[in-house]
Amino acid sequence: MSEFVRNVRLWFAPQEVRQEGGTPDDRFSLANERTFLAWLRTALALIGGGFAVDQFLPDLRWGWRVGLALALLAAGVLCSLRAVNHWVRCERAMRRGEDLPVSRFPAVLSLVVAVVAVAMVVVVLVGWEG
Amino acid sequence: MSASAAEPVRDPGLQPERTRLAWRRTTLAGTVAAVLAMKTALHGGVSVAGGLVSALCCGLWLGFLALAHRRIRDLASSPRPTALTPRHATATVLITVALAACGAALLF
Repeated sequence: MSEFVRNVRLWFAPQEVRQEGGTPDDRFSLANERTFLAWLRTALALIGGGFAVDQFLPDLRWGWRVGLALALLAAGVLCSLRAVNHWVRCERAMRRGEDLPVSRFPAVLSLVVAVVAVAMVVVVLVGWEG
Repeated sequence: MSASAAEPVRDPGLQPERTRLAWRRTTLAGTVAAVLAMKTALHGGVSVAGGLVSALCCGLWLGFLALAHRRIRDLASSPRPTALTPRHATATVLITVALAACGAALLF
């Protein structure tokens, strides 16, 4: 947990990242930045999905609609926070010449998206019946 | 020919250009999310609260646009651009989180 707090401090303190190790090849830094942006797009897509569930499934019962939308919005928030955290960890690992950090997050996110998708199918089918 | 003068130091993998386009794509994704947010906010007539949240989403989108524009300008300024700063990355993430918070507020 203290490692996480340290990472959060680094989000706001560029000079501290610069102090560690050597400067990596700028192409690696740019590739890391693109990966960060790709995760940010994923987060924005999840947030957009949350708005879409609220707007385009008006016949759903209130609880289901709000629950699904909140789940998607929360997934978007988690995804974006994790994006910046992973970016900082990768940047620091490159500066120190360590292995890049591994992560369970992509697998967890895939499972969450799959569960939400199945829930949407069930809800839309049940919604049409009723 | 200024292009040939920059040729020797230019990255053959076009990394700065690819990164610039990644910022553009991300801005586009942010635009879609902001438009959906404003549609939600103004759904079923204009109210004071809806207008406020809508204006907030608009402001967040403009903030994202400004951050992306600044980074794109940095990337274009030299063939060997500097790395993204953590503060810049955190600012973009905070805008994303704020947009999600607007969405959560609009649900109720």
